[in-house]
Amino acid sequence: MAYNLKEVIANRPSRFTSGHRMCAGCGAPPVTRMILRALKPEDHAVISNATGCMEVSSFIYPYTSWTDSFIHTAFENAASTCSGVEAAYRSLKKQGKLPADKHTKFIAFGGDGGTYDIGIQSLSGAMERGHDMVYVCYDNGAYMNTGIQRSSATPKFADTTTSPAGEVIPGKMQSRKDLTEVMAAHHLPYVAQTIAYANFKDLYEKAEKAIYTEGPCFLNVLAPCPRGWGYPTDMLMQINKLAVETCYWPLYEVINEKYIINYKPAKKLPIEEFLKPQKRFKHMFKTGNEWMIEEFQKEVDKRWEALLALEEMSNKK
Amino acid sequence: MSIRERLSGNEAAAIAMKQINPDVVAAFPITPSTEIPQYFSTFVSNGTVDTEFVAVESEHSAMSACVGAEAAGSRAMTATSANGLSYMWEMLYIASSLRLPIVMSLVNRAVSGPLNIHNDHSDAMGVRDSGWIMLFSENNQEAYDNLIMAHRIAENKDVLLPLMVCQDGFITSHSIENIELIEDDKVKTFVGKYEPEHYLLNSEEPIAIGPLDLQAYLFEHKYQQAEAMRKAKKVILDVAKDFEKMTGRKYSFFEEYKMQDAEIAVVCMNSTAGTTKTVVDELRKKGIKAGMLKVRVFRPFPAKEIAEALGNLKAVAIMDKADSLNAMGGALFEDVTSSMYTAKKQVPAVSYVYGIGGRDTTAKDINEVFDYLQKIVKTGEIDNPYRYVGLRKGDE
Repeated sequence: MAYNLKEVIANRPSRFTSGHRMCAGCGAPPVTRMILRALKPEDHAVISNATGCMEVSSFIYPYTSWTDSFIHTAFENAASTCSGVEAAYRSLKKQGKLPADKHTKFIAFGGDGGTYDIGIQSLSGAMERGHDMVYVCYDNGAYMNTGIQRSSATPKFADTTTSPAGEVIPGKMQSRKDLTEVMAAHHLPYVAQTIAYANFKDLYEKAEKAIYTEGPCFLNVLAPCPRGWGYPTDMLMQINKLAVETCYWPLYEVINEKYIINYKPAKKLPIEEFLKPQKRFKHMFKTGNEWMIEEFQKEVDKRWEALLALEEMSNKK
Repeated sequence: MSIRERLSGNEAAAIAMKQINPDVVAAFPITPSTEIPQYFSTFVSNGTVDTEFVAVESEHSAMSACVGAEAAGSRAMTATSANGLSYMWEMLYIASSLRLPIVMSLVNRAVSGPLNIHNDHSDAMGVRDSGWIMLFSENNQEAYDNLIMAHRIAENKDVLLPLMVCQDGFITSHSIENIELIEDDKVKTFVGKYEPEHYLLNSEEPIAIGPLDLQAYLFEHKYQQAEAMRKAKKVILDVAKDFEKMTGRKYSFFEEYKMQDAEIAVVCMNSTAGTTKTVVDELRKKGIKAGMLKVRVFRPFPAKEIAEALGNLKAVAIMDKADSLNAMGGALFEDVTSSMYTAKKQVPAVSYVYGIGGRDTTAKDINEVFDYLQKIVKTGEIDNPYRYVGLRKGDE
């Protein structure tokens, strides 16, 4: 059945309820809500969440926005905590201690700090062990919860509170880690990079595939942060669109090691279009700093070309 | 009929785990506890247990997976030592605050640094305020028995706290001694089924665990944990009574050895108690009224009972196999002396730090401690209450 946003919203009630305290214009809640909508209504889910904006804004004792079972333990271990829950499920199922006709799905959510950085060991371990779960990274490109510190997901030159654009050092001096590729190197059944874009079709379909593909699956979702990126709150969906149209955040999936690029812009927009509306890149537009934009563009081009090559290579017989 | 065997401490722990048959075991190798998950994996591979074994990539993940598994509604166990326990540290507090009755076999070893793989108690002492029940074991038999009792204590509705059973690395974990095992079916009945009230995998009642818990409620939640630890005292004794009915082996908060009429005594934990008993016997032959108190239950700390047991002594030495590096004395010393002060028992007391990094503690060392106690009784003076035994002298 072809994807239809209206039908999805009508038939799949939100499992992440309103009342949470995430910021206006934050990319994470619509992503979370949409991913959970990809669950079959009859299926129960256990959500494991790393410490971060999402957790501290959605489950403040005694209130919760989560209608499924939910566990948060610490910052670096959403994956290993989830792996324990999933192992318990397999054990209890096998022993007949859980109803045979009920299915539980396991989804872990972590920000880029909790995933690219402090949680990468726990994530890598859980994926390698083959737990039947989906790990979702909502990547907003910095430690936003603690006040916009640079992470290994922060793009080069971004102005953050621990990579401030100063007189001598113009922001973060290192390029961002490509976590989606790191996860692809785990040879998982399903790895995808997506974003809330064009009626959420790409996000929803990938979430559904990840949740209902057996084994460890990984989704990397760019989730802009108005506080950290410095864009007007009503511009969220435009920023997402620009991330895709400039090829800063290509939409692709790796299914059993085969690459599929889901969208190739007919005319790739220049990276300035994505950088310009964001205050974190403001210093790049000062006279004399043209080299920074050039360098940024080169990096985007290089990664896009590499991805195209991977797609071609992995689909050759 | 119980089963007579010869097992190492690690084998004893692994067999206890096999008989308990937990739903999930998550563990990471670290000397000297590595053998426990090794033996246990064999049980898993051969299908003798129903357990899912999660061979995690670190101890942090071992405890995280145990937390997840226990919260999910299953029985989860692990084993570790030293730096492994240190690496779990963050998760130990989370396990106890979420009131998850996880059971751990801790094979005590010196925490780095520098690196040392041998026995002392610095690992356990580093987590003494983490909200875990801590039982210490003199030998393989006690390590086994304590594990068999563990779930009954931890899972009691008045308690719901995680529990660790400690034994001395190498000294106990790797020495083979006689042991009496309990039959599988008896253990199964004794341990019972795990029936949690609320758990993640109950699709009829989804729950959320591990909130952001701010000024409005955290204090009360911590108070509830403290209450559970206080209530655990009674439960530990109740379970010990049931255990005695099954095996004839008697357990309490501590073991008193020739304390009835003792004038001087040593307080210690784990394997050193064996050596101390021998020394006490020798001293008794010489007419010296020596005794020993071996602490089994270190958390909850049986303060009142210990003060009562030591209150009539003329001098006492509290032996710590971990230095607290606080310019005051070992952790057990602090707890014992605080207990006596609160109970208005004024007994001259000294702290002895010993056996660090696996330094062998011999009868000669224990005799040295008793010699000093006799000197205190004779002179009424303590020249230095923060002492060491078995430490190289300046030119050695």
